[in-house]
Amino acid sequence: MKPAPFSYHRARSADEAVSLLAERGDDAKLLAGGQSLVAMMNFRLARPAALVDISRLAELRYVRPHDGGLRIGALALHRDLERLTDPGLLAGFGMLPRAARYIGHYAIRAAGTFGGSIAHADPAAEWCMAALLFDAQMVARGPGGERVIPVASFFKGFLETALRPDEMIIEVRLPAPRPGAAICEFARRHGDFAIVAVAAAVDRDGGVCRDARVVLGGVASTVERAARAEATLIGSSLGADVIAAAAQAAAAATDPPGDIHGSAEYRRHLIQVLAARAIGEAAGHA
Amino acid sequence: MPDATGGPAMVTGTVPVVGTPPGTAPAGRWIGQPVRRVEDRYLLTGRGRFVGDFEPPGTLHLALVRSYVASAAIEAIDASAALSLPGVAAVITAAELAGVAPLRGVLARPEFVATDMPILAADRVRHVGEPIAAVLAESAYLAEDAAELVEVSYGELPAVASAGEALAPGAAAVHEAAPGNVLVDVSPMSTPGLDGIFASAAHVVQVAVSTGRITAAPLEGRVCVAAFDERTGQVVLQTSTQVPHTVRTAVALSLGMDEHQVRVISPDVGGGFGQKCVVAREEVLAAAVARLLRRTVKWVEDRREGLTSGFQAREQFYRLRGAFDADGRMLGLDADIRCDVGAYSCYPVTCGVEVLMAANELPGPYRVQSYRVRSRGVATNKTPIAPYRGVSRPQAVLAMERLMDAAGRVTGLGAVEVRDRNLIDATEFPYRNVMGACYDAGTYRESLARCAELLGFSDWPAVQASAWAEGRLVGLGLACFVEPTAYGTASFGMRKMTIVPGYERATVRMDPSGSVIVMTGTHSHGQGHATTYAQIAADALGIDPGRIRLRQGDTELVPHGWGTFASRSIVAGGGAIARASADLAGQLREIAAHMLEAAPADLELVDGMAQVRGDPATSVPIAELARTAHHAAHLLPDGLGRGLEATASFDPEGTFSNATHGAVVEVSPSTGGVRLVRYVVVEDCGVMINPMIVDGQVAGGVAQGIGAALFEELCFDETGQPVSGSFVDYLVPTAADLPEFEIHHLCTPTPRTPTGSKGMGEGGTIGAPAAVLNAVNDALAQVGACVERIPIRPADVIAAIAAATSSDPPGDGKEAK
Repeated sequence: MKPAPFSYHRARSADEAVSLLAERGDDAKLLAGGQSLVAMMNFRLARPAALVDISRLAELRYVRPHDGGLRIGALALHRDLERLTDPGLLAGFGMLPRAARYIGHYAIRAAGTFGGSIAHADPAAEWCMAALLFDAQMVARGPGGERVIPVASFFKGFLETALRPDEMIIEVRLPAPRPGAAICEFARRHGDFAIVAVAAAVDRDGGVCRDARVVLGGVASTVERAARAEATLIGSSLGADVIAAAAQAAAAATDPPGDIHGSAEYRRHLIQVLAARAIGEAAGHA
Repeated sequence: MPDATGGPAMVTGTVPVVGTPPGTAPAGRWIGQPVRRVEDRYLLTGRGRFVGDFEPPGTLHLALVRSYVASAAIEAIDASAALSLPGVAAVITAAELAGVAPLRGVLARPEFVATDMPILAADRVRHVGEPIAAVLAESAYLAEDAAELVEVSYGELPAVASAGEALAPGAAAVHEAAPGNVLVDVSPMSTPGLDGIFASAAHVVQVAVSTGRITAAPLEGRVCVAAFDERTGQVVLQTSTQVPHTVRTAVALSLGMDEHQVRVISPDVGGGFGQKCVVAREEVLAAAVARLLRRTVKWVEDRREGLTSGFQAREQFYRLRGAFDADGRMLGLDADIRCDVGAYSCYPVTCGVEVLMAANELPGPYRVQSYRVRSRGVATNKTPIAPYRGVSRPQAVLAMERLMDAAGRVTGLGAVEVRDRNLIDATEFPYRNVMGACYDAGTYRESLARCAELLGFSDWPAVQASAWAEGRLVGLGLACFVEPTAYGTASFGMRKMTIVPGYERATVRMDPSGSVIVMTGTHSHGQGHATTYAQIAADALGIDPGRIRLRQGDTELVPHGWGTFASRSIVAGGGAIARASADLAGQLREIAAHMLEAAPADLELVDGMAQVRGDPATSVPIAELARTAHHAAHLLPDGLGRGLEATASFDPEGTFSNATHGAVVEVSPSTGGVRLVRYVVVEDCGVMINPMIVDGQVAGGVAQGIGAALFEELCFDETGQPVSGSFVDYLVPTAADLPEFEIHHLCTPTPRTPTGSKGMGEGGTIGAPAAVLNAVNDALAQVGACVERIPIRPADVIAAIAAATSSDPPGDGKEAK
């Protein structure tokens, strides 16, 4: 489990990182926390010819409010999100510290980054689910400048995003808060990757659900929205029956994989259980 | 806390357990005390010395090319690309090792088929991960780069990936010598009249359980550094092992050398749990390559190798029937056992180790004198098995305790009463069981009673019902077992092994300053022998354990011995040390008697002094005796002093610890998740040399047992490909997944050892799977469901509940006729 040979370059700025990427083409990978990349390199599942180390770019490590929303620097650590204490931020984005606590263990959270997780695009990753939940916009910088990629066009497939090989994520923008958003996961051990996960947020006006977002993790090649579940909830009074029906709709629409931890049928069952919980929790807050 | 005198400090409240003190256990000045471990200061500050720390200049790193198919002929090996990489020194295949013999574990009995385990596969591979070629390069990185470039052409053959498949008619043969894939088939007991007993019994209960394949996953994997000493012609092998002398024997045999031409050194070892109590092919390989190339060669097993190619264990299937009378007493036991042993026998204990132990030890702590058993070891195209803490006992206890729970239900007696009626009683010891094993005294019923009391068993139905009224499924499970430990040569000999372990020898040597070195052939790899052996010797010699040092793990220095496995060391090694120390103490009393003009029988050794009993003012320091014996021997009559050393051996009769484990679980009916709410152990291992270390052994064992019950499994696809090759999929429990363990002790000193101690290292793993499975099934019984396999995945719980609600009856505990 030694990695294949690679060259190592430390970027002193985001621009330098981008030009190093442009130089190396497809063969270079960015190294931030390394919590996914280094393991894959040690298994030789990833063999970048060059590593561009951006882990010391302090200017990319921040979590700051902006216009009612939140702007998260690409190098914000999972731990930074876990430790959000500002009551104003927590009101609208409290789902983030709750989600952070599901990410691995303390040591992983102290090194892994928000942007790294988004760029890695694991279909069970909490931040990828959060990106869908909050209608995130990914700000990518390349040799030609910056562009903003909305989440709907960002996650392309299993571990695959719309980022070009010479682009890096600079910032992730969550334009609007979702108060009361909930996330429920199930894993066999503390800190494991979720077998499946559900995040949910609802917006109630009077007694009626005006907007709903239900996001599923671990059931497909990317994180995905449970559109039928959302449709079931919108316009309803968010009573127990509707929530159960929405959870059922969420599960029925999935075609999850089976593996040594559980069959496809089991995952569908879990989706239903967790969706009911997450939506119920979100509805309780709304 | 540092101790001003530099000696061991007394500590209490160490591992996070709740325990009661030993109570009536006889304790010496040092035996019985929770002396802080000598090893911990250097281990915890990174000053341990492990094989991986050695890398003299010029070391070549060895990486293995391993088969990625489960069954194939090797048609060609092309190493040309690898050899052309700069920094690569050699690529070794079986062709270059023509004179190196395979490992051949043998049981000299007709029911056993021997299989040669080649050091490097020559023309055939039989499991994924089998080593085919060794690449030697200047760094481990280069060696791995080059290993990727070695091209092996395989002629793939059909593979059998499960015991069921292997036994099916027409299945491919893993070995030509065993066309039906049965490598061991023993029926060591068939009491006449058993069928009649079953026919007329008031109740016949039947259970079937199966257990997933697992691995020991020690923190330190295998590591070898082999060198060839040009000066002596000796091969020096440093290896992370539990059995240095056995490794020496195997290397010498394979390489066709006398044993004195091979030296095996094992420094600190980061865990073994049985996986390292057998010889690895890579150990012989490293030695052979070092001799061939006349270079120092280093191999460090990586975790992926460890999880796929390291010895595996515990994939078994039991079908049991128990005949019970109207009062719930077991009249007869009938068992069929099947073990999936993988592609080769390990050396020296062979693939029969699990098969034989399961058959011989199944009756356990219960009074049953009519028994029939058939036990088979089935070859498959998977990595070979070797002992893993508990060996077959965790699985055998799993099966027996399912049977007892089922009997408790069928007879209406309940889990505690049915066991209590069948456990061997204190008045029956020493008890000769149906297989001829003679149990020394224990506390089988007492530990059950105490465990049940601690768990509030009598209130349990109400507690359980009230939780269920809130929609929560909780369960309580018990497991009673006896733990045979410290087999001697007689017992090992009965297995028909061709090298027969069991005895141990120790030398205790005092130097001119009065400090002591103890040397013995056991090999501590986490057990704390440097501490406990010093405690034993200190009590005999009347000196501080801080002045007693253990030397182990060097075949050139210590007496021939058998290493550390099978919970033997404190009995065999400790027993030999106790005898040798007593002998040395006698020599000291003789010298003191001469110097004090007293009778040796009137002298005692206490706190560094030799003094007249009842008149402590008449005394001489032990250090003075030592100095005189070495530097002033002219003052002593011939035959006294002139060095101070004693050697003794001990060949145990076998001792039997016992325990009852109890688990309380909560099972989620929606996710299938199992949470451990409480875990209680009431155990009896006789005299505890160091109660803190005993607690640590129990806790570590229980953690591994819970891992086997809920988390760990090595999975293979239908072509024999391992699919859990990393810790992402092979789930070892972490501290966050485990409850606080409540460990309580009873003490029945054994007359069979000088210290009154019994072995106890495996009890934790033996009881936990059964306690957890029984607890889960106790919970699931409320919804008519049950689980018959470990590990219990959440998906399995949901499937069991779904099956129950679709009106199929639960699959076990059936009343059968």
